[in-house]
Amino acid sequence: MLRRILSVAAVLLIAGAVWWSEKITAVSVSAGPVEVTYWEKWTSFEGDAMRAVVDTFNGKQKRIRVKLLTVSGIEDKTLMATAGGNPPDVAGLYGPNIPQYAEDNAVIPLDDYCRKYGIKADDYIPVYWDNGLYKGHVYGLCSTPETTALHYNKRMLRDAGLDPNKPPATIEEMDVISDKLFLRGKDGKLVRAGFMPAEPGWWNWGWGCVFGGKFWDGKARITANSPEMVRGYEWIRSYSKKYGADDLQTFRSGFGNFSSPQNAFLSEKVAMELQGVWMHNFITMFAPKLEWAAAPFPHPADRPDMANTTYTSEDVLVIPRGAKHPDEAFEFIAYVQSQEGMELLCMGHRKQSPLRKVSQRFWKTHPNPYIKLFTDLAWSKNALVAARTPLWPEYNAEMSNAFDEVALLKATPQAALDKVQARMQPKLDRLLAVQRARGEQQ
Amino acid sequence: MSQPARRRLSAAARSERLTALLFVSPWIVGFLLFEVYPLAMAAYYSLCDYSVLRAPVWIGAMNYTGLMADDVFWKSLANTGFYAALAIPFGMVVAIGLALLLNTKVRGMAVYRTVFFLPSLVPTIPLAVLWLWVFNGEHGVLNTVLATVGVKGPNWLSDVNWSKPALILMALWGAGNAMVIYLAGLQDVPQEMYEAAELDGARWWARTRHVTLPMLSPVILFNGIMGIIGALQVFAEPYVMFPGGAPARSTYFYTMYLFDNAFVYHKMGYACAMGWIMFVIILGLTLLALRLSEKHVHYQGA
Repeated sequence: MLRRILSVAAVLLIAGAVWWSEKITAVSVSAGPVEVTYWEKWTSFEGDAMRAVVDTFNGKQKRIRVKLLTVSGIEDKTLMATAGGNPPDVAGLYGPNIPQYAEDNAVIPLDDYCRKYGIKADDYIPVYWDNGLYKGHVYGLCSTPETTALHYNKRMLRDAGLDPNKPPATIEEMDVISDKLFLRGKDGKLVRAGFMPAEPGWWNWGWGCVFGGKFWDGKARITANSPEMVRGYEWIRSYSKKYGADDLQTFRSGFGNFSSPQNAFLSEKVAMELQGVWMHNFITMFAPKLEWAAAPFPHPADRPDMANTTYTSEDVLVIPRGAKHPDEAFEFIAYVQSQEGMELLCMGHRKQSPLRKVSQRFWKTHPNPYIKLFTDLAWSKNALVAARTPLWPEYNAEMSNAFDEVALLKATPQAALDKVQARMQPKLDRLLAVQRARGEQQ
Repeated sequence: MSQPARRRLSAAARSERLTALLFVSPWIVGFLLFEVYPLAMAAYYSLCDYSVLRAPVWIGAMNYTGLMADDVFWKSLANTGFYAALAIPFGMVVAIGLALLLNTKVRGMAVYRTVFFLPSLVPTIPLAVLWLWVFNGEHGVLNTVLATVGVKGPNWLSDVNWSKPALILMALWGAGNAMVIYLAGLQDVPQEMYEAAELDGARWWARTRHVTLPMLSPVILFNGIMGIIGALQVFAEPYVMFPGGAPARSTYFYTMYLFDNAFVYHKMGYACAMGWIMFVIILGLTLLALRLSEKHVHYQGA
């Protein structure tokens, strides 16, 4: 009998403990501000910039309280949290995620909200608005934008007898300058390079676009092996042939981490690099004495129409499907899109603003001496973006692999890109067929 | 069990059976919920177009036929096969060798055993980052050591011919776990067998060959099967060390392609099909290992 009483008591005890723990950890829904959870991917000073924006927003009103949570691997986690029905209210994804997440129904369209808050395309430099669109709907709004430019080491150019104030205007000029700066040690190993297509390695998929190539026609046709793309990859190969694929690889393997004083550009191992608006921060941090300048990336001599080529991307704010407080979430997003919020954020990141209207104070106090250049580049008709298709992650992997094969001289540019074409076109065909089967317009 | 026998169970026996079932029920529930259910759902999704976020759409065997025509699938399978074919035997030889050495009677043996086991306690990610520096083509420790003996080390991390061997070499670092199991097996070999062999004039090699290895064979079989399962699912180290399987997909392993399909390309159905194919491969290899070992594995008292 005693045993039975004891076991009943144990069951009651456990049940009671469960009930009590649920009670004390439950979020109170009644009084107090609505809590909006926001997942942020940046850390360090870039993370602090968004934290300052969140704090300002929280201080301005009492109705909504944004809780910022720094999350690593934000793309996967947002995907899984959304699939599991418990996503954050706002997630800070990358611009190229938009088509894929919109296609998968993971993020909600923001058109109605934009209308309600008076947020419109005209407020933005076009490319930064367009990066948040998929099939004509707004799915993401810009948090911080980026553009890239040629960064070059003035001292190294001067020491090689070149004019440090005359950066190369064409690819051909850059190749000549670069060749003068390549240097080998007594043992024949490379110790200095002018320019390397593999460095920093973040846009290995994009060199064909600098030569006028396009990823696709925007509708149904992949154009990975167009003559322009092939030309870009031939240029990549020319470096491996001239300086030796192995020698370039060995030299590059000795470079330190990007965010360190051993960074190849900061430690003056490479004189010219394609880099983004953020590079200035790292120069200030790790190599304040570096004599550097930025200029638009060169274009092929016979393609003056490809001048001012720049890679653009951006961080975007999205509302995942199933978010508990979408209205309040958008109120926060709208604050980030205001001139005040955006300038606070972009100044903290030390990037340019994606908005057309920029205060004089922003220009005057911005620490990056080339901030105007980076802003102007965003307006360029050659502002390149990742292909706006849900297939971009796969396309990116294929193009990067083709870069490897060509740079290591394992395949000819034509063969490598033909392979990409043969792999990607059926994937696009299938995607379009699935969309047709769902009854969606193209 | 036949029907009448079950009916003849006494009340006490029935109650006992119920108690037993209750005691194992946490395991049964866990197994059904966290093993059987995901496996079954994975099998179902492998026959669907499924991105996790949209409802699955039945497409029959299309994922499987698609995989058969997917070059990257075959490349990742070949990479994984190459890795397993070298890493398993090498790991076995090293682990058995170490276990034999650590089974000798030397002073301070406990210290040596600890030292050789310690590396397998290092967490994977720091280990992978550490080895990136060991293998560094320009400043790496390995190439510096090789240079002192006049060998010009290769570009381990960025040469397509050396990236997989680098990982195989690195896998030996974790031989400690298998080593401990071999060591336990060695302690189990009856001393009188060695004495008998010695009386017959057997020297060290003959004793190892004809006494130790046969007596160790069940343990070798066990470690071999664990090795197959582990090597075919190699993931964390290459994923950290070689993003995207670079250079030129030479380190793109099966599980990496599976992971990318599931979480980067949002093709969960395709990834589930890959998971099931891997399951069948591992099951097949395990059965093969059991079959091949029938003649060569000796169980004591059997």
